[in-house]
Amino acid sequence: METRVKGKLLAFRGDEAVAEAMRQINPDVVAAYPITPQTETVQAFSQFVANGEVDTEFIAVESEHAAMSACIGAAAAGGRAQTATSGPGLALMWEMLWVASGMRLPIVMPVVNRTLSAPINILCDHSDSMGARDAGWLQLYAESMQEAYDNTIQAVRIAEHPRVMLPIMSCLDGFILGHSFEPIEILPDEAVREFVGTYKPGYSLLDVDHPVTYGPIDFHGHFFEHKRQQVDGMESAPEVVLQVGREFGELTGRYYGLTEGYELEDADFVIVALGSVTGTIKTVVDDLRQQGQRVGLLRIRCFRPFPAQEIAQALGNKKAVAVLDRSLSFGAQAHQVYLEVVTALYTHGYAPKVVNYVYGIGGRDTLPHEVEQVYRELAEVDKTGVIQPVVRYLTVRE
Amino acid sequence: MSEKRQRLVEIRWHGRGGQGSVIASELLAEAAMDEGEYFQAFPDYGPERMGAPVRAYTRISTSPIRQHHQIIDPDAVAVLDMTLLGVVDVTEGLKDDGALIVNTSKSPAEIRQILKLDKARVYTVDASRIAMDTLGRNIPNTPMIGAIIKATGVVSREGVVRTIQERLGARLSKGMVEANVRAVERALAETQQG
Repeated sequence: METRVKGKLLAFRGDEAVAEAMRQINPDVVAAYPITPQTETVQAFSQFVANGEVDTEFIAVESEHAAMSACIGAAAAGGRAQTATSGPGLALMWEMLWVASGMRLPIVMPVVNRTLSAPINILCDHSDSMGARDAGWLQLYAESMQEAYDNTIQAVRIAEHPRVMLPIMSCLDGFILGHSFEPIEILPDEAVREFVGTYKPGYSLLDVDHPVTYGPIDFHGHFFEHKRQQVDGMESAPEVVLQVGREFGELTGRYYGLTEGYELEDADFVIVALGSVTGTIKTVVDDLRQQGQRVGLLRIRCFRPFPAQEIAQALGNKKAVAVLDRSLSFGAQAHQVYLEVVTALYTHGYAPKVVNYVYGIGGRDTLPHEVEQVYRELAEVDKTGVIQPVVRYLTVRE
Repeated sequence: MSEKRQRLVEIRWHGRGGQGSVIASELLAEAAMDEGEYFQAFPDYGPERMGAPVRAYTRISTSPIRQHHQIIDPDAVAVLDMTLLGVVDVTEGLKDDGALIVNTSKSPAEIRQILKLDKARVYTVDASRIAMDTLGRNIPNTPMIGAIIKATGVVSREGVVRTIQERLGARLSKGMVEANVRAVERALAETQQG
């Protein structure tokens, strides 16, 4: 049966493509703080509201903290609530991120990844969302603008799945994808609306025939049990991410998983990364493969929950692995993605040589020859058996 | 399966804030859609101020463009503001057989002399003059697109006209859209090579 729909190829800026996905989803409520550090996503969406192109109730709030609070209220009332944020905006939401996940509210939030000051910098790195990795939100990271659009649509289905019921961040690299202007395939409105369906909340504050309480006091009694159930929701998510990615693939021809291997199977030397840099890495892999080098890429699309088994099995028998981090975990032994990958390997009984590269902090560009340098150094690690220094910094002045 | 690259044209734009470099990088890119090609345009953001040096980039390719990094060895460089020569290294990384296109009333030979440039092809066009004549304002971005087509043939004239009509047509009056098309046509006719 042919169920595939034909989209339309249109030129978009990344932030606006995400707004286009939100327009097609047509959420009940979007609450957003309308000025810096906000992105064009919310600006474009507010124009859809003003033009009557969506039915959404748009709440222009006084801060990002209030934006998340309003989304929480709307979602608890049984509505489909969304917002979008970036860098310091996400930082200001911090307290409410935990409330959203603790109340099991399936809020969808595109995060346009930017660094956190000081010194003052608004360019791309993953400091914002990596800092929020323990807040109980699912996190998808897009390689391309097309994927940022596609992920925003899939995120609705993943978050609202009865076995998940958790909020989700659909992350895309600020400026690099957010301000890039490219052709992307936009699905017909009705195809998106049919895919996301109607949200039927299990429990709604406005359902007065079935009264419920959201977010009451819960000290020694059952707080721990509630948190344990929240872990269950997260543990159910991989299966749902895969199922939704498969259905989306059947609809569009673009299939998505938890991770993506590129020239991975027979590779000796593998880079593990997430975000837009993986597109650049793929071009380098092609070039090096033409020279006969057995190099590959493992892209992590779903970072929360972390697909540990899949990653451990993909990397377990490699000669050397480099994990790229676009954020710093000050004082840690190494940085966020690396620590996850190494833990996955260890707990699944594998011990390949793994090094950590920090790259792209504060918008520093990552060029193909720098990716080649990483593959060269992996060959060196394999040859000498020495992994020190474990943490390396790509293109930084020392 | 790997997608192998066939043809990739990379263009770097140098201008000053307010001259429309970023819009131009996008208009040129989108014109490639007519030929069914892939494109990417992106700015190199610094502090966003009127008059500050701005860089933008355009990639056009027969294959999907997966890379997201700045262009370091461009096939063509467009300079929207002559006063940037000597302030910014506009020929940095320019391919030996690439094209340098400058908005100036000077000749290509004079530009070569100023930059002490003996490689690449040099094109000049008085895009500011054309912009004043057609648009009534010194916004040299659309005439520079005409000069780039002349110098590189990277997209078709028809693709550019269609893009200008669609993109600028959404924001500007019919008269201003037509004036932008005339600016492109004039630049195509007046661009000199040396």
